[in-house]
Amino acid sequence: MEIPRHWRLQKQRYGLVGEICPHCSAKIFPARDVCPECGGEAKEPFRFSGKGSIYSYTVMNNAPVGFERGLPYTIALVKLDEGPTVTAQLTDLGANKVEIGMPVQMVTRRIKEDGDERGMLIYGYKFRPVMG
Amino acid sequence: MAEKEKGSLLLKTIRPVGIVGYGAYIPQYRLPAAEIARVWGQSEKAVPIKEKAVPGLDEDTITIGIEAARNALARADIDPELIRAVWTGSESHPYAVKPSSTIIAEAIGTSPHIQAADLEFACKAGTEAMVMAIGLVGSGMGDFALALGVDTAQGKPGDALEYTAAAGGAAFVIGPAEIALVEIISTYSYVTDTPDFWRRAYQRYPEHGQRFTGEPAYFKHMHTAAQTMMDESGTSAQDYTYAVFHQPNSKFPRSAAKKLGFTDEQIKTGLLSPVIGNTYAGASPVGLTAILDEAQPGDRILMVSYGSGAGSDALDLRVTDRIAERRHAAPTTAEYIARRIEIDYATYTRYRGILQTR
Repeated sequence: MEIPRHWRLQKQRYGLVGEICPHCSAKIFPARDVCPECGGEAKEPFRFSGKGSIYSYTVMNNAPVGFERGLPYTIALVKLDEGPTVTAQLTDLGANKVEIGMPVQMVTRRIKEDGDERGMLIYGYKFRPVMG
Repeated sequence: MAEKEKGSLLLKTIRPVGIVGYGAYIPQYRLPAAEIARVWGQSEKAVPIKEKAVPGLDEDTITIGIEAARNALARADIDPELIRAVWTGSESHPYAVKPSSTIIAEAIGTSPHIQAADLEFACKAGTEAMVMAIGLVGSGMGDFALALGVDTAQGKPGDALEYTAAAGGAAFVIGPAEIALVEIISTYSYVTDTPDFWRRAYQRYPEHGQRFTGEPAYFKHMHTAAQTMMDESGTSAQDYTYAVFHQPNSKFPRSAAKKLGFTDEQIKTGLLSPVIGNTYAGASPVGLTAILDEAQPGDRILMVSYGSGAGSDALDLRVTDRIAERRHAAPTTAEYIARRIEIDYATYTRYRGILQTR
C-alpha cells in the first residue's frame, strides 16, 4: 500500500503539472522547486500542454509488479514541446508503428491498482498518437 | 417566469443559461454484434446494432470523463478554476464508494472550492447532471458548472444487453447564455417507479425482464417527456431541426421519434447507437455532441434521455451564433467514431475483465 505517495504525486500525474522558473522561464517536470537550468528557486505551478514527440521507446514484455495486466506495452521517452523529457507508457497505438520523432499527446488513463481489486486506483499520464 | 406562475410544468431558470462548451469521448475498440451472435449461436441478422464501443484496459468512466471534460473546456475556453460544480452521472463508477467527480475535477484543474458528486439514474444520470448544472448557474449560485454522462456499461455474457452495453461519454460546461454555444430554453422531467431494469448492490450485472423494457418503460417515459415538453412550449416536431433520444438500440429511438412526429432526417445525426452501442448515461449526451458538431445558429434541438427505474429528462435547446467559432477547438464526435479498431470476443473478455485469470 502506497497511498501517501500516490496522493502526493496525483496533481502532476493526472494533469502533467510541473513548474515554471520565475527567473529564466524554464519549464520544469517533474516539479522539484529548484530550476535545473539556472539554479534559482522555482515553485510556480505550470500545466504542460501535453503535446510532445517520441525521443526513444521500447516494448515491455516483462512488467514490474502491478503492470502485468497491460502486457505487452510500449514505454517511451517523450520530449514535451515545452522542453522536459518524461517517461511514460504509450496507449491506443492500434496499427500505428511507433517511430522516433512521432508526435504524441497526453491522456489520463488508469495506470494500475494499488495491490488487488480492493486497493485504490492509480490514474496518470500516458501518451497516444495525435488524433486527426 | 410568467409561464411558471400559470403552473407550467417546464423548468426555467431566472437567469438565462446555456451550454458554453461540449466534448465527447468514445474508446477506439469495436465489438461487432455479429461476433457476439457467433459466440452464442444466435442469428447474425437479428442483432440490435452493428457494433459497440469497448473500453481499453486502461480506460474507465473516470478516464473517459476526463477526456470529454477536457474537450468541453477547450471549446468553452474558460479558466477551469471558474467552475463551481462537477457532477458525473454513470452506472459504472469505478469505485462503489469514492467519487469519480473529485478525480475528474483534479485532473482538469478546477479549484477545490466546488460542489462535486456522482449521480446514478441508469441511463439518465448524465442529463440529470445537466439539469442540476442548469439550476446552479440559472439561480446565480455560480457562473459555470460541469455536467458529465459517462458509462462503461456491464453486459452479462450471453444476455440480450451484451450486444449493446457500450462505453463512451460526454461533458458539458454550463454557463451564462451570453457566451453560450447553445441556449437552454427550458427542461422538463418525468419519473415513475418502474421495475424494468436494476442492479442490486454487489452484483456484477444488471437484471431486466418480463417485457417491461419497451412500452411501460422506455416508450411511456420518452413519449410523455417529449410530448409534455412540446405541449407546454407550444411547439411540435416541425419546430426542431434536430432531435436526439435515448438510444438503447437502433430500433427504439426510431419508433419513439416516428410516434412523436419526427423524421429520420431530424434524428439521424444524433443516432449513434448503431455504430457505438448504448453508452448508457452517455447515450443521448454523446448524440447531442454529434449534433452540435454540425448544427447551425438558430437550429432548435429536442433532447430526451431515458433512464430505467424510470424517467426521462427533456431539454429544449437553441444553437447560438458562437457555435462556429468554438466547435473546432476539440475533436469531433465523428473523429472519435472513425478511430476504430475491431476486436473479437476473446479480446473483449480480456479487456472487460470477464476472463478469469486466477
